[in-house]
Amino acid sequence: MSEMLTTLEQTALSEYKYGWVTNIEADEAPPGLSEDIVRFISAKKNEPEWMLEWRLKAFRQWQKMEVPRWSNVSYPDVDFQAIKYYSAPKQKKVLNSLDEVDPELRATFEKLGISLDEQKRLSGVAVDAVIDSVSVATTFKTQLAEMGIIFCSMSEAIQEHPELIKKWLGSVVPVTDNFYSALNSAVFSDGSFCYIPKGVKCPMELSTYFRINAAGTGQFERTLIVAEEGSYVSYLEGCTAPQRDENQLHAAVVEIVALDNAEVKYSTVQNWYPGDKEGKGGIYNFVTKRGICSGINSKISWTQVETGSAVTWKYPSVILKGDNSVGEFYSVAVTNNHQQADTGTKMIHLGKNTKSRIVSKGISAGFSHNSYRGLVKVAPNAVNARNFSQCDSLLLGDKCGAHTFPYIEVKNNTAQVEHEATTSKIGEDQIFYCNQRGLDTETAVALIINGFAKEVMNQLPMEFAVEAQKLLAISLEGSVG
Amino acid sequence: MLSIKNLQARIEEKEILKGINLDIKPGEVHAIMGPNGSGKSTLASVLAGRSDYEVTGGEVEFNGKDLLELSPEDRSREGLFLAFQYPIEIPGVSTTNFIKTAVNEVRKYKGQDPMDAVEFLKKMKEKMKLVEIDQSLLTRSLNEGFSGGEKKRNEIFQMAMLEPSLAILDETDSGLDIDALRIVAEGVNKLRDGNRSFLVITHYQRLLDYIVPDYVHVLYKGKIVKSGGKELALELEEKGYDFIKEELGESVEA
Repeated sequence: MSEMLTTLEQTALSEYKYGWVTNIEADEAPPGLSEDIVRFISAKKNEPEWMLEWRLKAFRQWQKMEVPRWSNVSYPDVDFQAIKYYSAPKQKKVLNSLDEVDPELRATFEKLGISLDEQKRLSGVAVDAVIDSVSVATTFKTQLAEMGIIFCSMSEAIQEHPELIKKWLGSVVPVTDNFYSALNSAVFSDGSFCYIPKGVKCPMELSTYFRINAAGTGQFERTLIVAEEGSYVSYLEGCTAPQRDENQLHAAVVEIVALDNAEVKYSTVQNWYPGDKEGKGGIYNFVTKRGICSGINSKISWTQVETGSAVTWKYPSVILKGDNSVGEFYSVAVTNNHQQADTGTKMIHLGKNTKSRIVSKGISAGFSHNSYRGLVKVAPNAVNARNFSQCDSLLLGDKCGAHTFPYIEVKNNTAQVEHEATTSKIGEDQIFYCNQRGLDTETAVALIINGFAKEVMNQLPMEFAVEAQKLLAISLEGSVG
Repeated sequence: MLSIKNLQARIEEKEILKGINLDIKPGEVHAIMGPNGSGKSTLASVLAGRSDYEVTGGEVEFNGKDLLELSPEDRSREGLFLAFQYPIEIPGVSTTNFIKTAVNEVRKYKGQDPMDAVEFLKKMKEKMKLVEIDQSLLTRSLNEGFSGGEKKRNEIFQMAMLEPSLAILDETDSGLDIDALRIVAEGVNKLRDGNRSFLVITHYQRLLDYIVPDYVHVLYKGKIVKSGGKELALELEEKGYDFIKEELGESVEA
């Protein structure tokens, strides 16, 4: 990664120290995981008994499970007893103006084209009354509430909407689904809950941007989105600014439910700290994301732009249960230096006339490894299932690797499953051609990779796409020439 | 505007340019002809700053600057344009987007603001007409799936948009049929304005029927061995390159 992000890490570390000094001892759990810790977390969050039981059940299952090792990544084992599983949201030092913000960080913001207000919010500058983002959030919340849309933190949802949480939490990703989902279920700190009632089309993109209390939710996020019959929502996760998070392990779980004729579009831009140039440090991002098209004619679409983390292990999937349902997965994964990504999707066709589309674009630079791993499964009753998969890899330099692991299991002979894959390199010829037209090499690389990733970028909401484009360029800075 | 003195260059260990001398004044059109392997395309690449070639001696002054000291992108921004013999494909990047980026990079270098969308479109339309290029071509990925003629026309269109002070045409006629050649040449002629200079590199005389040069130079074994007016091209056409070899006192293979 570029020098700039290395500096960002230093900034992160220094703020981290500052955070600890101001933390009150009682607001964090000691390292390690036990039933007591799970009880401690639940008690801290003032959760009802049923939630505690749910967590404990997950914990007991987790204890019996083993760390998965099948992915094409390698990293030292995580010591689960060395991790602190609860700490209150860190108090950041409040700065008085942007002038006090680290200039390197500001330069990154400028490159990303982030608005001044947003810059202030991200860097912890006290926001003045005129641009009070809290009140902005409240305004939207009121507007959404009038339409019956619930959009709040998971903690709040557990308190305020227990019937919905009891019904849907763990319904798509069962507690025992995998090692990390079980861990998440036991200790999740917070996350988002989103409920769109029958027939309601959510009029705005829902994102954590508007929900301030999502900031600092820590390493085990839990997100649940339920779209009732005939509803629609577009949800944005993540933030395109450098996430200066010092946690080593992230194990989030996202669940989506789409009922009859409902549509959910979920877009992610992930830019966790990827480690330094030598591959030291960085986040392990082990995420379970799954949606179920449980109703007829329903649709779930995942779009992801992954540029961060030292190790990424993530397969946003769709279970196509309802007849005529549609699942989509659009992904750009960029790895540089010593980053490793093993990402892809699973499309499980159960209903009749179900369709899925997979477009995966992997970009590898430096010494990184980028793997696409995908499963297309057609069940015996899934008559007329259709899948199209396109997996393209772009290599920068000759020390990186791109791998494709497509798995296809078809149990119904009316299925049509197509898979296309290409691998290409950014050529010196392309760079020189751009140079000859007045583009410097960095601009040229940015242009070429954005062209390569265009099909996926086009799926992102407009304002997100612009930032994501710039993010791709920043992630690959210094990787050519 | 361009002054080349004793330019020498090699690729890996092979000497290709062995002392080129050439002066181009504003508004002049110079043609460089020569047999295959004489170093024509190398000269174009070296002037544009391609890193595969190592300059081992000589000087090049371009509009008062030491050209060899400039990066390839700065050479472009200073007004040197190379129309490629084999234009490169960039999937997913539209020609329009590419040219817009290029135009604005040059403006940035000159301390100007980016061109606004209306102004840019107006300029595009004007230049499209000038070089007879179809709009549908410009919305497609750069050079991807273009025919030979479309690629070359696109080069001339980019030249029109970037308005260089020196345009180097590297075998722009190669692979073109006579109709495509005529359209490309007409585009070039429309860009001759008495100020802009051209260095036209070609193997065949026929391009020079359309783009009439002020001077013709013959490049042979890395050196300019003969210079003259446009009639030299006709002489070459008539007698072939062998007469040059004879003049140099080399034995001509039967």
